[in-house]
Amino acid sequence: MRDVELKMKERAAALLKSGEVARVIGWKKGEFYFDPSPASFETEEELSEFVYNGFCGANLSKYLIAASKKPGKTAVFLKPCDTYSFNQLVKEHRVARENILVIGVECQGKLDIEKIRRKGVTGVTEVEEEKDGVEVTSLYGTDKFPREEILLEKCLCCKGKKFMVADETIVLHEMPETKNDRFAGVEKLEKMTAEERFAFWQKELSKCIRCNACRNVCPACSCVKCVFDNPASGIAAKANDTSFEEQMFHIIRAFHVAGRCTDCGECSRVCPQHIPLHLLNRKFIKDMDTLYGEFQAGETADGKTPLTEYTEGDAEPKDAFKAEGQNA
Amino acid sequence: MINENLIPKIGVITDIRRDTPDVKTFRVVGTDGKKLFEHMPGQCAMVSVPGAGECMFSITSSPTNEEYMEFSIKKCGCVTSIIHSLEVGQQITVRGPYGRNFPVEGEFRGKDLLFIAGGIGLAPLRSVINYVRHYRKNYGKVVVVYGARSKDDLVDIEEIQSEWEKEPDFKVYLTIDRPQEGWDGHVGFVPAYVSELGLDPSMTAVLCGPPIMIKFTLAGLLQLGFDKSRVYTTLELRMKCGIGKCGRCNVGDKFVCKDGPVFRFDELDELPDEY
Amino acid sequence: MLKIAKEKLGGLYGEISASMPLWLPVKKAGEVNYAPYKEDAEVSLETLKTVKSPKDLFFPQSEEMMRFKTEGKNIEIIDVRTEKQPFVLFGVKGCDFRAFDVLDNVFLDEPVDTYYKERREAATVVTLACSRPEESCFCKVFGIDATAPGGDVTTWLDEKYLYWQPNTRKGEALTEKVKGLFEEGGESEVEAQREKTKEIVDKLPFSALNLSRFKPENLNELFDLPVWQSLSEACLGCGACTFVCPTCQCFDIRDFRTNDGIIRFRCWDSCMYSDFTQMAAANSRTTQMQRYRQRFMHKLVYYPARYNGVYSCVGCGRCVNKCPQHLNIVKVVKTIGGEKHD
Repeated sequence: MRDVELKMKERAAALLKSGEVARVIGWKKGEFYFDPSPASFETEEELSEFVYNGFCGANLSKYLIAASKKPGKTAVFLKPCDTYSFNQLVKEHRVARENILVIGVECQGKLDIEKIRRKGVTGVTEVEEEKDGVEVTSLYGTDKFPREEILLEKCLCCKGKKFMVADETIVLHEMPETKNDRFAGVEKLEKMTAEERFAFWQKELSKCIRCNACRNVCPACSCVKCVFDNPASGIAAKANDTSFEEQMFHIIRAFHVAGRCTDCGECSRVCPQHIPLHLLNRKFIKDMDTLYGEFQAGETADGKTPLTEYTEGDAEPKDAFKAEGQNA
Repeated sequence: MINENLIPKIGVITDIRRDTPDVKTFRVVGTDGKKLFEHMPGQCAMVSVPGAGECMFSITSSPTNEEYMEFSIKKCGCVTSIIHSLEVGQQITVRGPYGRNFPVEGEFRGKDLLFIAGGIGLAPLRSVINYVRHYRKNYGKVVVVYGARSKDDLVDIEEIQSEWEKEPDFKVYLTIDRPQEGWDGHVGFVPAYVSELGLDPSMTAVLCGPPIMIKFTLAGLLQLGFDKSRVYTTLELRMKCGIGKCGRCNVGDKFVCKDGPVFRFDELDELPDEY
Repeated sequence: MLKIAKEKLGGLYGEISASMPLWLPVKKAGEVNYAPYKEDAEVSLETLKTVKSPKDLFFPQSEEMMRFKTEGKNIEIIDVRTEKQPFVLFGVKGCDFRAFDVLDNVFLDEPVDTYYKERREAATVVTLACSRPEESCFCKVFGIDATAPGGDVTTWLDEKYLYWQPNTRKGEALTEKVKGLFEEGGESEVEAQREKTKEIVDKLPFSALNLSRFKPENLNELFDLPVWQSLSEACLGCGACTFVCPTCQCFDIRDFRTNDGIIRFRCWDSCMYSDFTQMAAANSRTTQMQRYRQRFMHKLVYYPARYNGVYSCVGCGRCVNKCPQHLNIVKVVKTIGGEKHD
């Protein structure tokens, strides 16, 4: 991984030096190995803090909405799955494609420090990435874990290692294909009775603290003014006023991003209460696949989506909704 | 019951006066017909129409008015639009008074006073000007410079012309931004007018109006030799509680609702430029 | 000092909750937060950091303040509050307990916030000393002793026992009710645990953060630092840091129309939100940089300027763990807290 980081840094330095781009968006080292932050680099000196490792799970696409409005070109490092979000943002005219230089970067699947903590390892101070696993040093000892056990939730359902868009790429090693059943979680919920499913979501969503991290990180949530922030909308709210409202917020949001959500998984990654929000989005994706034929948002930066296109064979409401909670 | 700082009182609107196309003055008393509470000039109150929300307004009437309180309210957002649609007899809620008042019983005593206002900025000054008129002998000469976009936007013009202009040792200068039919007074922006008038820099000044007016008027006053420690203004920021707790109306470590809204410019110099 | 075997803790919870509500860290859908004790509750005293701090026992995320009934032109105000019943808050860590002081300064300052005060007075707080601090902890920087957190009762937990030390009259009253479950002893075990924990605390990566530059007299100098721009650039403008923070206390007041009149409620708000200072025609903080700066200036400079130099951070490290993009107060302190930086 270090060689990839080095190569990225070199490329960034060259781009800034030549003036080809005004800034490079990548990741900056944090207090530990496992907490890098997205960052914009404008000079070669700033690149001393540049980092790329297994914990760079953040999807940088959304930062391009602001960056592409700035003077000069912006280079950005996108992992294969991030390129879907980029395409989607270009398609929705949120990002000006011509202002961005997309550099696709290798991804071996990103790691989740929270999963390490959930294994009971507290006080983690150091993580060392090895070929197949990681060595974790904490205040209380060391542990080893295989990579697949501590992958980010989103990486368990990897969309593949192909870049949907890239002006150039930095790939030095073979990227393993992760073959997982993307809809297994959804199917598990579908098999539940309506009551069980309601109880499941009630329990999960009642943890919501309305911090809006899921919405603010979501590349599909690119409204200039969110309806939940707009006092004129009549539904602006900062808290769950009733026990039902928290569900409304997430369900409305899921509806709003349906057909545009690329399943990047950032919502679940950032949730401080670990609500599996991606399951809501995947349910919509699965239903759309069933009702309108397979579709992956962000595969291209143009063309229609199942929900914005009318065809005569479109599913009727009665196909989409079955009482008894058969298809809820 | 314990003192209820966030639970309002009920007020009844007993009179509504349209001052300008977008400013109305509401007269409010308690349900018993008496004044809701006592206040000092420059202080504010939280007024609300339940369901629409609460907003902070300066109390326009003078504390010397023993019968009622008045609020001059400009229609500019959701809550103010709803307030503008109310009729006489309608109940509203009021809580207060909040904030630090003008030092009418402190630094202002015995001083010559200069009041400069733009547009709705007269609202908080009306309270202090009428207080000064009431206790006239406690203060020196008074100069008021008041401007608005047009003559129709001059708030309380009737009171100004029928009462203020007739006071002894009390000079009123009015101006409007652009020439207008039926206006034979001064035309021009407030800051320029203030500079033209050649005012005595030993006066204690109070400024209230839109930020851009404040900025240029203050610069003009400083050029005339006024000292920042004798120039006052009142700030307006978003507020929810009015008692220094909800955390949004701060400028640096000061809360406008509690430490303000009245500030001297030498005090503002100490604070970050974020208002 | 008293002690009770770990396996008997269920009995202790049962005994306390029989007479009044008992709030303690409970695991629900995988996350540990403060919740009322029930027989089937999965209590987790071992969890060092609940996701939310216990502040919402005193300052709930959302609370109904009053109701209005309107009829024609008339309004009726209904005070919906009921007398607060005493309750026990169990398992509060040293950082979170100190955070109550930070909240008290604001809410109990004149004019008093009676909603907060009533809850505060109704609570008996039982703290729990830390024995396994984490890498994100830095309470030591704020002079907090996590091994003796205080409160009405202080407790310590080891492999076998929970040790119990009442500190106040309220604490003694609670102890009186449950005394039968305890036995005497534990001083030496507690002492040994404290020593061991302190050694770990001393070595924590953030235990030596330098706050020396965060002084009221440096307010404008710090405010004007250009580095706020790069510190804040990845900030999403969400409220995760604010809502997991034990000392953040900003709130909004809103009205909500229902079929049964109008509810006026208050709820947590975040200075990180774009509409926090939005007025009809103006906004004093229009950029995320300004909002980000506000949050940290408030904690490290404005608050201390108002309240005798006390910082509005207790080093619990929740924001360190929870910020989606790993921006946090530690970065701010490291960047501008000590040596000059522009």
